[in-house]
Amino acid sequence: MEPLYSDSFYFLGLIVLMPMLGAIINGLFGAKLPAKLVNWVACGAMALAFTFALISFQALVNQGDGQEVGHLSYTAFQWIFSGSLSAEIAFLFDPLSAVLVLVITGVGLLIHIYSTGYMAEDPSKWRYFAYLNLFVFAMLLLALGKNMLVTFIGWEGVGMASYLLIGFWYTDAEKAAAGQKAFIVNRVGDFFFLLGMFILFFTAGTWDYLELEQMATTTATAAVLLPIALPVGVLIFLGCTGKSAQIPLYVWLPDAMAGPTPVSALIHAATMVTAGVFLLSRINWIFTLDPNLMAIVAVVGSLTAFMAATIAIVQTDIKKVLAYSTVSQLGFMFMAVGVGSFTAAVFHLMTHAFFKALLFLGAGSVIHGMHHEQDMRKMGGLRKYMPWTHATFLIGTLAIAGVPFFAGFYSKDLILWSALSNVHILNVEGVLATAQMDYFTTTLAPAVAAADGGPLSVLGGALAINWFVFIMGVLTAGLTAFYMFRAYFMTFHGECRADEETRSHIHESPSSMLVALIVLAFLSVVGGYIGWPHFIAAIFPAGVKSYALGLEYWLAEVFAVSDTYRVVGRFGAHPYLAEGIAAAVSVLVAGGGIALAYLMYVKRTDLPGVIYARATRLHYILSNKYFVDEGYFAAFVRPSILIGKAMTWFDKNIIAGLLVGGAAFMTQNLGQILRNLQSGNVQRYATYISLALALVVLAIFYPGCLA
Amino acid sequence: MSWEPTLAHYLILSAAIFSIGMVGVMVRRNAIILFMSIELMLNAVNLTFIAFSRYRIDMDGHIFAFFVMAVAAAEAAVALAIVLHVFRHKRSVNVDEMQQLQY
Repeated sequence: MEPLYSDSFYFLGLIVLMPMLGAIINGLFGAKLPAKLVNWVACGAMALAFTFALISFQALVNQGDGQEVGHLSYTAFQWIFSGSLSAEIAFLFDPLSAVLVLVITGVGLLIHIYSTGYMAEDPSKWRYFAYLNLFVFAMLLLALGKNMLVTFIGWEGVGMASYLLIGFWYTDAEKAAAGQKAFIVNRVGDFFFLLGMFILFFTAGTWDYLELEQMATTTATAAVLLPIALPVGVLIFLGCTGKSAQIPLYVWLPDAMAGPTPVSALIHAATMVTAGVFLLSRINWIFTLDPNLMAIVAVVGSLTAFMAATIAIVQTDIKKVLAYSTVSQLGFMFMAVGVGSFTAAVFHLMTHAFFKALLFLGAGSVIHGMHHEQDMRKMGGLRKYMPWTHATFLIGTLAIAGVPFFAGFYSKDLILWSALSNVHILNVEGVLATAQMDYFTTTLAPAVAAADGGPLSVLGGALAINWFVFIMGVLTAGLTAFYMFRAYFMTFHGECRADEETRSHIHESPSSMLVALIVLAFLSVVGGYIGWPHFIAAIFPAGVKSYALGLEYWLAEVFAVSDTYRVVGRFGAHPYLAEGIAAAVSVLVAGGGIALAYLMYVKRTDLPGVIYARATRLHYILSNKYFVDEGYFAAFVRPSILIGKAMTWFDKNIIAGLLVGGAAFMTQNLGQILRNLQSGNVQRYATYISLALALVVLAIFYPGCLA
Repeated sequence: MSWEPTLAHYLILSAAIFSIGMVGVMVRRNAIILFMSIELMLNAVNLTFIAFSRYRIDMDGHIFAFFVMAVAAAEAAVALAIVLHVFRHKRSVNVDEMQQLQY
């Protein structure tokens, strides 16, 4: 039975409209409105958007027939119509965008409420809320776009809002520069994204996601997309590395911490930086066409996750730790994409939005209480002063470290398991998706099923790249647990290292900020309960089971193509073995990381100094972030400046000096010469006439004598 | 053996007279002399017309010559009137001093 497709579900338009109206009202009249009203407009817009998102979600659930969820869509208006090109501002609400929209509006609402407390003292609060609403508007366009064009408008819009908010305190040159850096680095990525988008559009002749998916999953038409899958995928992935802060374009995100802390929570942790993961999930059918493409994404994600985690270990600024942690966690999401488990990527996107927003807001609460002190070396012992902040921050830390029964554990576990058991990155040259499926069901699956020789035979189906991704993931998970607990212990435990003046002023944050912390802490615990590991879900009663694996069923339709590749672990005598191994290993390394952090920062606080003395060089490299920024400066920025200087010289001297100046000089001087001809003296004119006449006569009677 | 001037002789004479007139117009500063030079040029042209008329044995050239004379007379009358007035005004017939209209 076909599910109902409602194609004029106007609530989708309302979701997008609310933040836009909020941004317009606050942006145009905010300076004149009373401060209370500014808060109400901004939070009210978000609350309404969240309500409409819930209504849409409800409608989406209700229209399913138990087999398929289907989708809702709404075409607002036709924007451009020219020849065969038709660009519509249209919204698509399917299971994937539903997850993202609920996260954006829900977490966004909490962060708006938090901001009313955090930014209460700021003189240009209205500007801040206008930008924040503008950001949410653009992000919703990105998430709800029915075609690539609408997504791209949102993509650029969030980039702009991000720039405005990072440089919100623009009177500080350093903060303004951080905003510019974010914008320029993203522009590089956007350029690649645009190229990929155009190649796809010119090849397929459409940029509507549903039509493209239809093309990519039908064997006959997939042949058209197959040759461009790799270039398009790489270009769009490069765009995603900009927005989602992956190697090579991650350098802007740590600097982006210059903005207000709630901005870091909303934009640079929960929503905008996950846009890349969302986009790759949106076009998962392109990626599954080419195993090499998947391998590239997997390797880049793994390297980013690991590298950012190593840098996070030595950071002393609490926000910088969280920033590198975000880069690392985004790397995890791309690992999941790279091994073809888009469900895991979206799951981690969601749980990460909860706990990372919570951690950022907790850090903001600490910074607020410490009067804008961000250096963890000057904190410590804040447990006593800020009990609520401490409790919620601890929950967030447990969640990100991957401790069981907290959200992060479930999504990270799903990623690690996928890394082990997804074999579709097997490089079958030039085979179409459908044919690949045949290959697995006829060749690989029986082989795995037949190999009943214990755990290693089951894992034997995994390839080198699977092992690489898995090992990187496990190492990163250990590092994550370590650096997050290091930050937690340095901030909340031990002796307070702040000076007397600051210490006497440390206070718990106002209730508007605590509400957001508490709700997010709750979500950081239960957020993972829609994706239990299969071997645990197997013992649940049937009624609970469908909820315990809810996210997987919910997204199954969107990722129908890619989900067919999970081979090992679904076949054979040991269906859950790989998953059990992944879960056990991740819990072990998380425990190890936590224990090490406890040892170094609570028990033996002299240890960090000892290690530092031993590994000064390593510390030097890590605290300077592998000198990537310096490398980029030498490789791109300085040449650009030099080229700019050369161009300036060229422009000043050659263009303006020689050509423009020369033309003016010539005209002037020619005028000086020619004005002598126009003397007004009749006799001189007669002379000219006679001379000309003589020349004409000469030319007629003796042609060639003048040449 | 009587010598008959040919067309070429007339034309050479005419060209000489015309050139004298032209140089006169270019180099002299006295307005009266200028007009005389112009008359010279016109007469040189008239000489050519008549010479060609004789050469081709038709009367067209004469008609042209009469036209030229009529126009020259009219022009001389107007121009001399102007020069006379300028002279009364400036006590001079030097063309270099007749420059008010230039500015």
